[in-house]
Amino acid sequence: MSLYFTKEHEWLRVEGDAAVVGITKHAAEELGELVFVESRDAGTEVTAGESVAVVESVKAASDIYAPVDGVVLEGNAALAEDPARVSSDPEGEGWILKFRITNADQLAGLMDADAYAAFVG
Amino acid sequence: MSTDSLLHTPLYSFHEDAGGKMVPFAGYAMPLQYADGIMAEHRHVREHAGLFDVSHMGQVRLLARSGGVEETALALERLVPADILSLKNGRQRYTQFTNAQGGILDDLMVARLDDALILVVNAACKAQDIELLQNELGECLVEPLEERALLALQGPEAELALATLAPDVKEMAFMDVRELDVDGASCVISRSGYTGEDGFEISVPAMDASRIARALLKHPSVKPIGLGARDSLRLEAGLCLYGADIDENTTPVEAALEWSIQKTRRKGGKREGGFPGADVILGQLENGVTHRRVGLLPEGRAPVRHDAPLYADATFEDSIGRVTSGAFGPTLEAPVAMGYVAVSHAAPDTALFAELRGRAVPATVKALPFVPARFKR
Repeated sequence: MSLYFTKEHEWLRVEGDAAVVGITKHAAEELGELVFVESRDAGTEVTAGESVAVVESVKAASDIYAPVDGVVLEGNAALAEDPARVSSDPEGEGWILKFRITNADQLAGLMDADAYAAFVG
Repeated sequence: MSTDSLLHTPLYSFHEDAGGKMVPFAGYAMPLQYADGIMAEHRHVREHAGLFDVSHMGQVRLLARSGGVEETALALERLVPADILSLKNGRQRYTQFTNAQGGILDDLMVARLDDALILVVNAACKAQDIELLQNELGECLVEPLEERALLALQGPEAELALATLAPDVKEMAFMDVRELDVDGASCVISRSGYTGEDGFEISVPAMDASRIARALLKHPSVKPIGLGARDSLRLEAGLCLYGADIDENTTPVEAALEWSIQKTRRKGGKREGGFPGADVILGQLENGVTHRRVGLLPEGRAPVRHDAPLYADATFEDSIGRVTSGAFGPTLEAPVAMGYVAVSHAAPDTALFAELRGRAVPATVKALPFVPARFKR
């Protein structure tokens, strides 16, 4: 399995020792159209549960949390110009950041697609 | 989030049918948005017309026991700094209930309709406002209009849409108030609102509210609009939100609302003072204040929100105030905010800094409103 989900409604696609992170379709629908997305700087070390990015709608700011320990590699630069891409394609072009996983064991604590679908209900 | 224990307005089932995403607000289940979302709803109001349910707000009829409108007006003047006596029949005015320190207990609209005054107050303050009126204005009957809903129809095509049900609204100017028949229901309509656009607020008997809302929605210009867009619209229009931009610790002068205090109530006026906190407020009108509410345009695209600290410098040494409302302005396509700053930094075009996630975001003081008002004068 290379695709994982969190209770915070994020998805994580593992590619080698790196991972692409975004928000789920469910989260995107809940948040509404996004007006601003910002990831923490490349090179920032984060532990699981720490904020790695912020996504903002007209109304509110929401944190994106690191699903596992890692180091930020890059934010999705295309979102600076077009943050609404997260709303229209949250699990594709609207990915939020890439980061290097430093504790792969933590992946075992995340959900797979079926478990997440059951979690959302 | 459960909305089971919340109060419902007469339009609750209308919202559910229209796909409203219901959230708790001031004890009521209210629509935050509908399917189109806040951005689209906001733009629809600026370009066409939007229908809002504001039935959670308090509507109160005030009438002196003597029956005289002058006595009613003079009674209310004991609680607010506006000139109510000169309010002509069929006109409305904005004012505030003040406390002994000059702070704002609530802000409200006051309309004169024949011998009575009709007050529209904030939902979260209405119980306290009614108690204040009952305790302080013994010579008046204070009648909460609980059997009435309140609709707002806002936007450049609002007149077109409402005129299909009540043609006489075409003759009304900004802040006019009239009792009109709308599709068989006796309504009190004011040409006013909370968006900076032309529009109307329609007080309608609760039993007729849903039918009239549905009739208005049939007009091709009209879509239902939730509280989310209501907030971004009023922010772009530079209008205060009670509890955020104004409260018991801000005076009308600090809040840059002195335009709502007419000459007759100021120093040297015919009915100078005579409202709670008049010494503070009239003193501030003469001598100035230390902090003022201003508009702020943050640089970049990141919204700077409620409670963000404001500084004169990028190193956060010289604190000068804080943001009281902030969001992304869909019409400006940029972040917009309001806040209080030291008067030394309150002039338009002053450069300052907001703290956002530990960083200094440059921002510029901007005259309000951000989006020019389009009232029908």
